Amino acid sequence: MKTNQILLNTINFRRRQILAATVGMTCYVVIRPVFGAPATLDTAISEFARGTKVTFGTATAGKVKFDIAELIDNGNAVPISVSVDSPMTDADYVVAMAVFNEKNPQREVIKCRLSPSAGRAQVSTRIRLATSQKLTAIAEMNDGSFYAQTVEVVVTLAACIEE
Amino acid sequence: MARTLITVPPNPKKNTVIEIRALIQHPMETGLRPDVEGKLQPRNIIQRFECRFSSGGKSDVIFSAELFPAISANPYIAFNFRATQSGTLGFQWTGDNGFTQAETVSLVVV
Repeated sequence: MKTNQILLNTINFRRRQILAATVGMTCYVVIRPVFGAPATLDTAISEFARGTKVTFGTATAGKVKFDIAELIDNGNAVPISVSVDSPMTDADYVVAMAVFNEKNPQREVIKCRLSPSAGRAQVSTRIRLATSQKLTAIAEMNDGSFYAQTVEVVVTLAACIEE
Repeated sequence: MARTLITVPPNPKKNTVIEIRALIQHPMETGLRPDVEGKLQPRNIIQRFECRFSSGGKSDVIFSAELFPAISANPYIAFNFRATQSGTLGFQWTGDNGFTQAETVSLVVV
């Protein structure tokens, strides 16, 4: 009787271990791609710039203009507009534009490629924001230089909460 | 077929910069949200958007974008184009689960 009890306990214990291990593995598998590289806003920016120096604009001046409301009621659809001060000629134009965030599950928001035929370097879209955070818009020029603008926004209703 | 709404200014003057707006019906499921049973819903997003301008047998990509789960449902993208000649604008969306959709709009420059 007693040995049976011990045996049962051991089995139960092992069962729990296996269960715990399985749960742990599943979490690992599920969460990894979500919080996968790049981990921070800074690494995402430097990866996009391929290690090149990025010139950040100030709140009032800069080559990149990032239009977004500072206070956001609904994080599910936030209108944004990014424009770059560029003549968009064959000699001087914006090659690529991207937006990165600080605290969403994934750093990337959008990456665009432009051509001189655009005439004006401006892109608008609607994005999701999980919480109050920093956002950076970055532009790559045809001469290989990078310019960026960072804004800080407050989000009252976060995206991805409702089912 | 998902519904799309593409806005191109009618009959722009030669060499004016026009704004092209493209909206498509799509859930843009992030792959991070649980369904009613608590299981994660699989990711289903549009990954790429592309716009080509074709005229006189020549076709160029004038704008392309890589989209991520942080783009809202029913993705809306607006960009600019200098209307130098008449032609056809071709829009293409591609995404998860083999999603593809193409639309064309003719551009008449006066």
